[in-house]
Amino acid sequence: MRYAFFLGCSVPTRGLNYELSARKVAEKLGIELVDIPEFSCCGFPIRSVSQKAGFTMAARNLALAEKQGLDRIMTLCSACTETLQEANHLFKHNPDFLAEINGELKKFGLEYKGTVEVKHIARVLWEDIGVEEIRKKVVFPLEGARFAAHYGCHYLKPSEIYDHFDDPENPTSLDDLIEATGAESVRQYPDKDKCCGGAILGVKEEVTIKIAGSKLKILKDHDIDALVLICPFCSVIYEGNQKKAEKEYETQFKIPVLYYPQILGLALGFEPDEVGFKLNRIKAKKLLEKLGLGKKKTAA
Amino acid sequence: MSTIDTEKLDMSFVEEVKNTPGGELITRCFACGTCAASCPVREFDEKFNPRRIIHMVLLGMRDEVLQSDFVWLCSGCAACQERCPQGVTITDLMMALKNIAVKHGIVHNAFAMQAAEVYRYGRLYEVGDLNDRREKIGLPRIPEEPEQIRQILDDTGVGEVAKKIIGEQESGNE
Repeated sequence: MRYAFFLGCSVPTRGLNYELSARKVAEKLGIELVDIPEFSCCGFPIRSVSQKAGFTMAARNLALAEKQGLDRIMTLCSACTETLQEANHLFKHNPDFLAEINGELKKFGLEYKGTVEVKHIARVLWEDIGVEEIRKKVVFPLEGARFAAHYGCHYLKPSEIYDHFDDPENPTSLDDLIEATGAESVRQYPDKDKCCGGAILGVKEEVTIKIAGSKLKILKDHDIDALVLICPFCSVIYEGNQKKAEKEYETQFKIPVLYYPQILGLALGFEPDEVGFKLNRIKAKKLLEKLGLGKKKTAA
Repeated sequence: MSTIDTEKLDMSFVEEVKNTPGGELITRCFACGTCAASCPVREFDEKFNPRRIIHMVLLGMRDEVLQSDFVWLCSGCAACQERCPQGVTITDLMMALKNIAVKHGIVHNAFAMQAAEVYRYGRLYEVGDLNDRREKIGLPRIPEEPEQIRQILDDTGVGEVAKKIIGEQESGNE
C-alpha cells in the first residue's frame, strides 16, 4: 500500500504529534508513505477569496502525486481531504473546469488527468487496513481507557464527495478504530457531530470559543480520558483554545485532546514519547498512569 | 431589523449568484429552516442565519448581503448542506457569496491575511526555523517554495488581495 503523504499547513507546523504518530503507525501497519516536497497548502484557506485559485492549488497538488505515478494520497487534515476530494469531484463532473485549471498548470509543466484518490488516514485505516487487521496487530491493548471520538466536519461531509463511506449523521468509523485499540469509545453523546468552529476563529473568535466550549461542557460529564480527533485544526480549537473556553464557561474542563494515531501508536507498542505525547499541551497524565505508562514516561 | 427598501432590490443579484459555482441551486429553497436549525454558528450568533441570508439573496438585497459581516461567518461545516431537503448546496453557496463579495472589492480581513500568508510561504504558516525542531524529532525538513503558488494567486486575482496586506504589514513594520 503506497500513498503520497499530504501534510498541508497545520500538521507540519502545529500538529507535530499528529505527524509523528501517523508516520509511526503507518510504518508499523505496512503503509508506505511518499513525501512530495513540492506539495503546498491544499487550497482550502484561499477558496473563500477565490474558488478557482483554491481548486487550482488543489489540482497542482493532485497532479504532483499523479506525475510520480501515485494514484493515492493519504491526508491528515480534514479540510485538506475535503478540498482535494472536492476538486476531484468537480473535475469528474465538469471536464471543462478541469481543462480550464489544466491551462494554468501547464505553466508548471503539469497536467492533472484525474486519477488520484484522496483518503484521510482514518478512512485508510478503517477501509484499506480494516479494524480486524488492526486488532490483530495490537500488542498493548488500551484496556480501561475511555475515549470520545470527535469526527469533525470535512472527514465526512459533504458525504456526496466521499461516496457516503460512513454515515455523516451517525458515523461509526472512528469509534470502531478507537475500540480496535482495546479502549472503550463513548459511542453516543450529544453534539457528537458538532463542528469545532475553527474556520471562523479569525473572523469572530468569541463564537468559535462558544461553539467549542459547548461541546467540551457536554464531554465533561462523560468521564473520558481524552477526546480523540483526526484534524489538526480541531485540535487547535479543543486543545489550544481550551483555556479560553474554560474562561467563557467559567469552569474547568482539563480534557486531554489526542490524535487517533497517538492512541493507536500506544496500542501498537510505541512509547508515549515516540508518538508525541510530550507535545500535547494538556497532558494525558491520568490516562498514561491508568495504562501503566506514566512512570516510564517521567523516567524517560 | 430595518424595513426592506424595495426601491433598492436588485434582481440581477439572484442571477449573479446562480451563475457563480456553488450558487446554482439557490432558487430551490422553500425556506423550511433546516439549515438554520443545523447551524453551529447560528446557535451562538443570531447574525448568521443561513435561511435569512438565502432569502435576502432571493429578494435581491445585494448591498445588504455583500457588505455584511455575516457572509464571512459560515464555518463551512456542511451540516446544513447535508440536511437540506431541497438539495441546496448551502456551504458552497456561502462560498459563492464570499467570492462575489471579493469580486466587488470586499474581503474580510481574516481571509485577506490568510491569502497573504499563503502568498508568502505557499502555506498558511511559515515553516522556517521549525524545520530544525522537525529534524530533531525525526521529521523531514519541508522546503518553502512559494513561486508556483504566487503565480496561481496572481493569475486569479488573489495576489492583489494578498499583496495589499503584505504592503500594509511591511509599511507598519517600518
